[in-house]
Amino acid sequence: MSLPLISRAPGSGRRTRRLPLGALFASPYALFLLVVFAVPLGYTVWMSFHRFYFTAPGAEVDAPWVGLSNYRDVFTDPVVQRSFFNIAVFLVINVPLTVLLSLVLASALNSKLPLRSFFRAAYYLPYITASVALVAVWSYLFGTDGLVNHALGGLAPDPSWLVNSSLAMPVVAVFVTWKNLGFFVMLYLAALQSVPGELYESAAVDGAGRVRTFLTVTVPGVRPATTLVTVYAIITGSNLFSEPYLLTGGGGPDHASASPVLVLYQKGIEQAHPDFAAALGVVLVLFVVALSLVARRFTEKKEG
Amino acid sequence: MQSSRSSGGPLRMAVLLLGAVAFLFPFLYMFGESLQKANTGELGSVLPRPGSSGTQNYEAVNGAVSLGTSLINSGVFTIGVLLCTLVLGVLAGYALARLHFRGRGTLFATLLLVQTVPFQLLMLPLYVLVVRDYGLGDSYLGMILPFAVNSTAVFLFRQFFLQLPAELFEAARIDGAGEFRVLWRVALPLARPALLTGTLLTFIGPWNEFLWPFLVTKDADMQPLAVSLAGFMSNLRGTVDNPTGAVMAGACVLAVPAVVLFLLFQRHFTQTDIDSAIKG
Repeated sequence: MSLPLISRAPGSGRRTRRLPLGALFASPYALFLLVVFAVPLGYTVWMSFHRFYFTAPGAEVDAPWVGLSNYRDVFTDPVVQRSFFNIAVFLVINVPLTVLLSLVLASALNSKLPLRSFFRAAYYLPYITASVALVAVWSYLFGTDGLVNHALGGLAPDPSWLVNSSLAMPVVAVFVTWKNLGFFVMLYLAALQSVPGELYESAAVDGAGRVRTFLTVTVPGVRPATTLVTVYAIITGSNLFSEPYLLTGGGGPDHASASPVLVLYQKGIEQAHPDFAAALGVVLVLFVVALSLVARRFTEKKEG
Repeated sequence: MQSSRSSGGPLRMAVLLLGAVAFLFPFLYMFGESLQKANTGELGSVLPRPGSSGTQNYEAVNGAVSLGTSLINSGVFTIGVLLCTLVLGVLAGYALARLHFRGRGTLFATLLLVQTVPFQLLMLPLYVLVVRDYGLGDSYLGMILPFAVNSTAVFLFRQFFLQLPAELFEAARIDGAGEFRVLWRVALPLARPALLTGTLLTFIGPWNEFLWPFLVTKDADMQPLAVSLAGFMSNLRGTVDNPTGAVMAGACVLAVPAVVLFLLFQRHFTQTDIDSAIKG
């Protein structure tokens, strides 16, 4: 099974020659990584320990060392806390839905079928389409006078979905599940190929029915993919921007659908507290890298 | 693996069709509403009907955000990223796979690390550097810079060059070909599938990107379509007769290029090649 986070062993160098040309070929990319990754990362760490202001071009303003005070502000900020709580809401909805639906659809796709490539294409379509375009559609479908409320009639929630503080984040979570599901269907489809066929045969010999076979063979067989879904969900939940910004009008109502990255934008750029946002950024980078390491450990175990 | 559970054909088909409807309905809604003269909020309005359909919504959104300019901006942003990725990314991928140089391991480790840190987390320092320190706000260069070389594509190119038989390269070198000639004459012609996949996965990044161009472009004449459409949704939709139709028309224009490219080349699109779902 191939997964995006898997690193393979670096190429055997025994047949390549020792040439400075390699450094020449790689240097533009190395420079690029330095400029857009290493320098900003260093800068955000530096900023997070200082009192930092946006200044008019050319103006020199001191940025005094303030130790951990920005971090203390981040951890005690109710909006930040709410955004982390929202990741939990996102997880509780996104992970089970994604696992269940992609497992069902991948199992259904996992055989010779008429229209197989049509289904694959249909499932993938939202994944490759711009969030802004799809958010626009969903904002009308789930708007107060939208199609969903028309269909529900008297059962429509009041206040409506996107302006309801207990429904806004769930709608965002369902939207993201829908948008990314095609990717996970393909992930599970690949995972299903790697479940040994003998396991199905022995289950059949033991007289296990379809449901029992599914629960005792298929579900454990794709567990690494399920772990990845969980890790991706946490990372996606931290990084949502277009969805809360556009779908729920800036993470509303009252921050009920704010994500950490949206808070980073609002605090750092809209409200001009870049030092606070820098500290939040550092916390998020550590959080995400730690999670990715966990994900890689799981996928490598699968490979080995 | 062929499914050992081949029974349940009709059920399987029903599940798959239900899934297809759930995935495709919003696209149908987007297209159907974009052609409607007025929004009724009813299911029937998704289907184009003679008499109530037309292109006036496209004209309305074009009047409000100037689709042509936005499309050109999206195009320049996307093509700039594609060119940088295809030239600099292929060079880097080739060097990482086939050449020895000091720091190769470090560079590869950094590549893997970069793929795990979502761009959004570095938006603040990048914004301060690019817009405030380098003065690249409202410029194509500022828009392209953080996306210039797609690391997933570099990884893909490296994996591809690694899989080519080493004898091929040895033979060319024995024939006296320089390293650049080996890359140009031997590796690149063989790498066409990888280049195509790299192009597709790189394309959808900048074309669909909202956050970064939103931060760097304040001038409406510099905004790519995703940003100007979002601006239209938040601020200007009251200025047209049928706001739903106009927003859906803009959404169609934004969605179509990526969808068409995907449909044309979908067999090259497999989950292993696509950037992970980390990118919101």
